Amino acid sequence: MEPVMSTPDPQQLVPTAGQTIGPFYGFALPYERGHELVPPGTPGAVRLHGTVLDGAGVPVPDAMLEIRQADPSGNVPAVEGSLRRDGTVFTGWGRCAVDPGGRYSFTTVEPGATDEGSAPFFAVTVFARGLLNRLFTRAYLPGEERLEGDRLLSGLEPERRGTLVASREDDGSLRFDVRLQGEGETVFLAFPRHGR
Amino acid sequence: MDTQAAISGEIDGIHRDSDVEETQPRLDFAPYRSSVLRHPTKDLHHADPEGVELVAPVFGHSDVDPLEADLTLQPGGEPIGERIRVVGRVLDGDGRPVRGQLVEVWQANAAGRYIHKRDQHHAPLDPHFTGVGRCLTGDDGSYSFTTIKPGPYPWRNHENAWRPAHIHFSLFGSEFTQRMVTQMYFPGDPLFPLDPILQAVTQQSARDRLVARYDHEVSEHEWLLGLRWDIVLTGTHATWMEPSDGAGDEHA
Ligand SMILES: [Fe+3]
Repeated sequence: MEPVMSTPDPQQLVPTAGQTIGPFYGFALPYERGHELVPPGTPGAVRLHGTVLDGAGVPVPDAMLEIRQADPSGNVPAVEGSLRRDGTVFTGWGRCAVDPGGRYSFTTVEPGATDEGSAPFFAVTVFARGLLNRLFTRAYLPGEERLEGDRLLSGLEPERRGTLVASREDDGSLRFDVRLQGEGETVFLAFPRHGR
Repeated sequence: MDTQAAISGEIDGIHRDSDVEETQPRLDFAPYRSSVLRHPTKDLHHADPEGVELVAPVFGHSDVDPLEADLTLQPGGEPIGERIRVVGRVLDGDGRPVRGQLVEVWQANAAGRYIHKRDQHHAPLDPHFTGVGRCLTGDDGSYSFTTIKPGPYPWRNHENAWRPAHIHFSLFGSEFTQRMVTQMYFPGDPLFPLDPILQAVTQQSARDRLVARYDHEVSEHEWLLGLRWDIVLTGTHATWMEPSDGAGDEHA
């Protein structure tokens, strides 16, 4: 059957400007178990953690990260239950405010690849006081053959690719630091239609 | 500490060199001092969204209680301040309503004080106000919050720096690429031209879109004043189809 292609409303609206999250989101946005996409101790559970650093290499104590991910078989969950987690539903979304040392930590499972020819990754958004608009990035799983042929990674200068790949720590956890500026600056993404 | 005049001079200089295509804030905007070490120096890398980026998280009635949309409902008493209702619609860049999606707000109390432990402003806390709200948008993308008008508050960006009154908004679209956080301002605030956070949006027309308008239709007799503010997210990437018989579940 031929799907009916429509012309969306021809009126293209101008996106509302973003603004910084500011210093005082801490009492409003983080919530209990927001960073636990699966309960700790779940078989296959892994910690995705790291530090958010500024241009002087100093940890940013007032940043917040969100991740969006597929499940281990590459399915993208679209189910409710992220804000009041009952421990049984995997929603594929989490939120974590950094601690005073700029550190965040999610408890989750490793995502599978969602597209043929793409390597599996966590989609990440970064918010912070001093950051005037949110930033998008990706945290790829390390040690994947598919990293080689990945569309996004192969479009980057080789020396910057590594900023998007998490590293495997001795305890099995995944480490992904976010460098907002300067040496080893993380690659941040703009998507078509984002405007400027 | 810099004077307001020095900060305003820097803002004017940057605005003179900006162009009408700019609808989003500059990330590198030195008059907002905290941005100096926190903005990327490299251009954002243009990428096509894939997989999870094309699907926003889903929130539902198990996540949000309808009472969370009324910030004046507090145990023990009512908050002090000018009672208001803020209504509007969340639309995507093609003018389509964003349905059933999470909207989160947070704000200072009427005296300009947050309950956040690091807020050191010498203004009273209000025992009957936390300043946090949530709701899900309706089928037409509409949201509605009942609250009190927040006060302006001082901050340490420069000497005698004051933020115009604002409500912080956090929004999701139908794609993860549409995720955004912003601030809603109140009409006619004399602090607008002085504020480096608002002025990081270099175009007047784009700043105007961050300001709610008074809506007498929303105001209620002897009860509250109404404000209207619509929010437009960025455009989506999935090919969009008119739902039609039998083809509703197909996505090209
Ligand atoms: Fe604020």
